[in-house]
Amino acid sequence: MRSVLVEDGQLPPKIRDVLKSISVRGNPWNIGQEKRSEWAQGLNVKGIADAEILYYVGCTPAFDPRLQKVAMCLATALTKGGVNFGILGNDEVCCGNEIRRMGDIWSFDALKEMNLEMFKQFPIKQIITTSPHCYNTFKNEYPELSVDIKHYTQVVHELIKKKKLKFTKTLEKTVTYHDPCFLGRQNQIFDEPRAILKSIPGLRFVEMDRARERSLCCEGGGGRMWIEAHEAKERTATIRVQDALDHGAEILATACPFCILTLEDAVKSSGFEDRIKICDIMELVNQVME
Amino acid sequence: MGKVKLGVYICHCGININSTVDVEKLTRFAATLPQVTVAKNYIYLCSDPGQELIKNDIKQQGLNRIVVASCSPRMHEPTFRNVLRAAGLNPYCLEVANIREHCSWVHEDREQATLKAQGLLASAVAKARLLEPLEEKEVAVIPTALVIGGGIAGIQAALEIADKGFKVYLVEKEPSIGGHMMQLDKTFPTLDCSACILTPKMSDVGNHPNIELLTYSEVTDVKGYIGNFKVTIKKKPRYIIEDKCNACGTCASYCPVEMPDEFNMNLSKTKCLYIPFPQAVPARYVINPAYCRYTLRRECKQCEPVCKDLKAIDLKQKETFIEIDVGTIVVATGFDTFDPRLKPELGYGLYPNVITGLEFERLSSASGPTLGDIIINGKKPQNVVFVQCVGSRDKTLGNEYCSRVCCMYTAKQAHLVKDKIPDARVTVFYIDVRAFGKGFEEFYDRVKEEGIVYRRGNVSEVFKRGDTLIVRTEDTLLGHPVEVEADLVVLAVGMVPRIDSGAIAKLLKLSQSPDRFLYEAHPKLRPMDTASDGVFLAGCCQGPKDIPDTVAQACGAASRASTPLAQGKVKTEAMVSYADERTCRGCELCVEVCPYEAIELRTIERDGHLLQVAHVNEVICKGCGQCVAACLCGAMQQKSFTDEQMLSMIAALGERYE
Repeated sequence: MRSVLVEDGQLPPKIRDVLKSISVRGNPWNIGQEKRSEWAQGLNVKGIADAEILYYVGCTPAFDPRLQKVAMCLATALTKGGVNFGILGNDEVCCGNEIRRMGDIWSFDALKEMNLEMFKQFPIKQIITTSPHCYNTFKNEYPELSVDIKHYTQVVHELIKKKKLKFTKTLEKTVTYHDPCFLGRQNQIFDEPRAILKSIPGLRFVEMDRARERSLCCEGGGGRMWIEAHEAKERTATIRVQDALDHGAEILATACPFCILTLEDAVKSSGFEDRIKICDIMELVNQVME
Repeated sequence: MGKVKLGVYICHCGININSTVDVEKLTRFAATLPQVTVAKNYIYLCSDPGQELIKNDIKQQGLNRIVVASCSPRMHEPTFRNVLRAAGLNPYCLEVANIREHCSWVHEDREQATLKAQGLLASAVAKARLLEPLEEKEVAVIPTALVIGGGIAGIQAALEIADKGFKVYLVEKEPSIGGHMMQLDKTFPTLDCSACILTPKMSDVGNHPNIELLTYSEVTDVKGYIGNFKVTIKKKPRYIIEDKCNACGTCASYCPVEMPDEFNMNLSKTKCLYIPFPQAVPARYVINPAYCRYTLRRECKQCEPVCKDLKAIDLKQKETFIEIDVGTIVVATGFDTFDPRLKPELGYGLYPNVITGLEFERLSSASGPTLGDIIINGKKPQNVVFVQCVGSRDKTLGNEYCSRVCCMYTAKQAHLVKDKIPDARVTVFYIDVRAFGKGFEEFYDRVKEEGIVYRRGNVSEVFKRGDTLIVRTEDTLLGHPVEVEADLVVLAVGMVPRIDSGAIAKLLKLSQSPDRFLYEAHPKLRPMDTASDGVFLAGCCQGPKDIPDTVAQACGAASRASTPLAQGKVKTEAMVSYADERTCRGCELCVEVCPYEAIELRTIERDGHLLQVAHVNEVICKGCGQCVAACLCGAMQQKSFTDEQMLSMIAALGERYE
């Protein structure tokens, strides 16, 4: 349906701008690619040419100031865990998930070609993604890609299990977890994120009633990140924050860049900023690492 | 048969063929083909005058091969074979060229279509020249039927066949017959008590002199063919000797082990030495070995000494296998209800007050765990929400079909709630209400007038707010989201094929339609037949049905299954395979691919050597041709589809026509 509209050129101006940004700049945020690896400055992150595992950062964690923190936390943890990883740096381009959802299947195919060409140049054994959306795209929509694809929660969970990541501090907070659609429902990754949270010393984990397959959508995927809903009376993100508060959580943790942004917006717009915080799992892990 | 004299008959099929294919030109073309003595066209060859035309020509002109260019042979090949038979010609001297489905219906350009029809016709003529008369054999039919499944479909089918005077084996895998219908409280739209109308039929089965009832048994192997099936049946150990038990129930009162009561949808407990329900047929107790302390750990044995007079308890019983011979088989294996755990957003399995429609039936039934009081969490619910189409009409689950009963059973259940708890608020969320059967619309109307609120919307989730369940959806008539509080949510789960329907299909060589239910031979004209001759379908194994439809289909299947039994003999396929003993090298590839186990190796003597070659049992062979395709050395041939015949067809198709 959306692809028909895109083909006809009948699309909202904001979506048009996103599509244009991706085709011109290789990312949906309309920021120059030369700034793509700025987040990694001072972290000593290798280029992929010197490593065997690719950390595919993704557009939003690379450019959005709020989410650059998540990328930094993750890169730090991977380094401490002894993972031999590298990044594509400024050469990384969008995986194409969002434009595909917006209906531009043609640009998606072009981006896929570009990425496959790029990956081929290096002997990559594994790709780790920040975003469940990139994870899903590489895993399920790049059938030509035969590399092992992992979401970071799977990798970090392994590191904790093998005692390669050690926690020396405690986090005395009540934390609940929101399952992102593309991690949970779409790809059945429910247990690893919870296991990571439960392994954090001092942390009290509470489960919301609507958890796992019954989680709510945050309304950030499918291209909704860039567009305001008409007459949005009730946002699911707002309901979600209320759910977390009802279950006594002080921190609502999740593992998806879009979820972080939409849930944080919901916290601000409902005026709950002093009652609950939205955090990526990696930000919590980072607080207790040695 | 001497010299080949061919007659070619071209059908206009009204304008179906004539508007796209130039039949006059085609007739002139046919007359030019070698050995064609007569070439004619006619407006409807399948009509009586059309048939007469062919008959007269055969008789008067001495034709001995006939080609009919018309519709698909699936439609009228039997018609024209009968024409040949009536005119004294072997019916297998006929070849049909399909110039309708394969030509006129799928093309627009008249000139090109006519050229293609010429090719198809020339090809059929080329083959017809080489056709040989074939013989149809007859085999005797064992006048006994097997009915698999003891729900209402199997019960009805067994009774019908038995009443016609034939012996019937009725195999049921549970300890009692009755099936799902026995679990229902009331039936829609008449509000009859389901058990009350079913139990007389069940006891008829138990008492019928022509019915041999095999409960707690499963069919494990089927060999043979229509008229002569050899069926292996596994009898699971009951640990109770059926002939001795008098169902006094004393043993059960001593049994110390409790287990969930499956008949009550696990809403209550029963002993593991139990009778499924009071009206069970046969009225015999059974021990569930998954719970019994003796079968599990060789402990307890409290029941055995209790039955000291009858000595009906045998804890060492083993499963046994019996073999029976039957002429025809009726499959009535029924359905499973959809497992709503596959729709986690509805909260089934998580919240105890979210239940399925079948669980509601037990809750509302006078023989159920609450003796008919609708009580959930210890109290009568005040806000009851029914959710329709759970597991039906849902592409995300691969269940695109409508289950046909849920709209009406929900209406009935909503009525029962209102009847038993008059001040309850009852809401039904639906996609569409399909009240299509006799008396359905009237019943639906009545239910709405009883104050039950019907709201259009596909429920998106059931969740807890505080202590209350919330059912959330978009009311698609109002166009905005709604939330309704509920203390009981009933999910109108649909029907799905039985979990073992694939295995049953394999056992009986049946196919499954895309919805995974068993496939009938023709959706309109052969709704009870299957691709396997002598095997018939009844009830929900073929697709969702309500009780009257199931009973009607069961009577139909019984009638179809009785026909060969009454005739006493069946004709076998004439276009069977045969192996050329001189070229066969005994590689066994054909034996492997044959789906009917019709081929075996036989030892013969050739030039002083003993060797193994393939031999086709012509009675079993269905003429599918798989062995011919598999054969590496051309020894396997199929009558009327020999290599010579097929190659001549291909060669004729390759010619250029003008």
